[in-house]
Amino acid sequence: MTVKEEQTIIDVALENLLREVEGLHDDGYRLVQIGCTDIGGAYEINYSFDKGYQFKNLRLTAGPETEVPSISGIYWGAFVYENEMHDLFGIPVTGINIDFKGTFIKTAEKYPFSVTRRGGDRCRNV
Amino acid sequence: MPERIIVPFGPQHPVLPEPIHVDLVLEDEKVVEAIPSIGYIHRGLEQLVQKREYTEYVYVAERICGICSFIHALCYSQGVEHIMGIEVPDRARYLRTIWSECSRLHSHLLWLGLFADSMGFENLFMRSWQLRESVLDVLEDTTGGRVIQGTCKVGGVRRDIGQEKLDEMHRELDPFEQKCRDLGDVFLNDETVKYRLQGLGVITKDEAYALGATGPTARGSGVAMDHRETGYAAYGDLGFKPVVETAGDCYARCAVRVKEVYASIDIIRRAIEEMPEGPIDVKVKGTPDGEYFSRAEQPRGEVVHYLRGDGSKHLARARIRTPTLANIPPLVKMLPGAQLADVPVVVLSIDPCISCTER
Amino acid sequence: MAFLKRSPWILHYDASSCNGCDIEVLACLTPLYDVERFGIINTGNPKHADILLITGGINAQNREVVENIYEQIPEPKVVIAVGACAATGGVFRECYNIVGGIDKVIPVDVYVPGCAARPEQIIDGVVTALSILDEKRGKMTGAARTKEEARHAEQAGEST
Repeated sequence: MTVKEEQTIIDVALENLLREVEGLHDDGYRLVQIGCTDIGGAYEINYSFDKGYQFKNLRLTAGPETEVPSISGIYWGAFVYENEMHDLFGIPVTGINIDFKGTFIKTAEKYPFSVTRRGGDRCRNV
Repeated sequence: MPERIIVPFGPQHPVLPEPIHVDLVLEDEKVVEAIPSIGYIHRGLEQLVQKREYTEYVYVAERICGICSFIHALCYSQGVEHIMGIEVPDRARYLRTIWSECSRLHSHLLWLGLFADSMGFENLFMRSWQLRESVLDVLEDTTGGRVIQGTCKVGGVRRDIGQEKLDEMHRELDPFEQKCRDLGDVFLNDETVKYRLQGLGVITKDEAYALGATGPTARGSGVAMDHRETGYAAYGDLGFKPVVETAGDCYARCAVRVKEVYASIDIIRRAIEEMPEGPIDVKVKGTPDGEYFSRAEQPRGEVVHYLRGDGSKHLARARIRTPTLANIPPLVKMLPGAQLADVPVVVLSIDPCISCTER
Repeated sequence: MAFLKRSPWILHYDASSCNGCDIEVLACLTPLYDVERFGIINTGNPKHADILLITGGINAQNREVVENIYEQIPEPKVVIAVGACAATGGVFRECYNIVGGIDKVIPVDVYVPGCAARPEQIIDGVVTALSILDEKRGKMTGAARTKEEARHAEQAGEST
């Protein structure tokens, strides 16, 4: 039997993030991934969840210096993605349960994907 | 209270071919906490997407990991095809399925060998890898590459398999399956293997699900989740049922992989029998504009390629979430309670592939 | 020390490879290729090794690890860079975190081409490395002998 996969993207505001994630957690969704995209001066952060191959995305748009609250209190395993977010993009994430403080992925160039913090113009996400 | 000591494990460690570092907090011989640190293989290849054209990035995607190479290329191609609305010919879908399952076979046999090695069962290690060579021979014969195939592309596949070769593969499947069953029998029924694995590194169904475990790590704990159920490539036509075990220990994860070897052989057999005639690729025109979360099932679990195109010939962003990264939190929960001597076995039971994890 | 050539011990380290070369290195040890019949053993301990076999390119974090391992291997030693990445950085050479090939950090004696390198090529690379190892050993024993002879001559001079 084949299950049809569906994907939905829902925009979410920073102050509602934890409440929405909590809601999905209570509905029995599992965390698939957290990923960031540079959209020119700001970040789009996708929190992806899945339940029975139904794919749901919470999309948060955050400025480069915006502090993002950690969801690791709700999904324990979120720390890998949140540390990655911090180490590669330089997004300050507050309250991670296992905070590596920038040593999870060590890179030659700090925050290689950051829109504001990186060295030159070399790695721009144009 | 016994004294606590910290034992560093890795990065260069005899049991793993790849570097991962785990700080193990021990009370006598018992692990009470495990803190992983990674980054030894981080290359930063997600950013290469801005320097390679979207059709060329398939090769980079393939080299995210040399073991699941074909499925990475498949997942990436499917994502781009979805964004561009390309319909892949039937024969290409079936060929992709055959190569995906060959990759899974070689990956699982490789893992079974390494796992046997971590238990100190050297003979079984050699037997598994011996069997694996016959899968690699088929891959080399049909694609030209042993571990990196390079046959998947946006819009289809690059090579066809002739009827003669398909017939030969079909003929060889039965004796191959018999050999796999003989091998699997040792993993499933041998007393020493059971003694070493049962009850080790247990993770319950709810924990596994909540921690976001995927692939055999999740299925070994009773979570029936396998992305092949969504019917990408030709899995929809061939029908598919996930292999599930319920114990949640190292033995269950091993049993899932052994049974998936049998399942893969079965899928290849049916794909060869039902192989449709026709072209193997379509011409790709234009550039991708849009976004998609492409997902596929790798030997290690579900892989996610988030692709975003802005209408130019370079994609704006590729974010790759590999199954091993998702399986790190379950591993951190599995280790406490294990003896120090069992740590290599538990670490291997999630099938760690560090080059995927760090990209 | 002539036995070195007949039974070299190898230390394999994965710098930042995609795993493709690594599994081919391991495949060399297994029944189809079986390099152990030549007395080649894959060891986990750098102090036991004669040959350092590295796959993948150098990145920011493993640079020190590679240097450290190299220094722990006793002389004479030979370094083999397996695969395109170990030679130049390969497909990843433009990545921000890749410094380049192994020779950016330690001297490399043999380069094995391929992406991924095939087991036959890897074995060929090891065989090439053996003669280099022998040469290095020859130089070392030669130097030691000269030194020893000079010492003897000096002692002889003192006694007369």
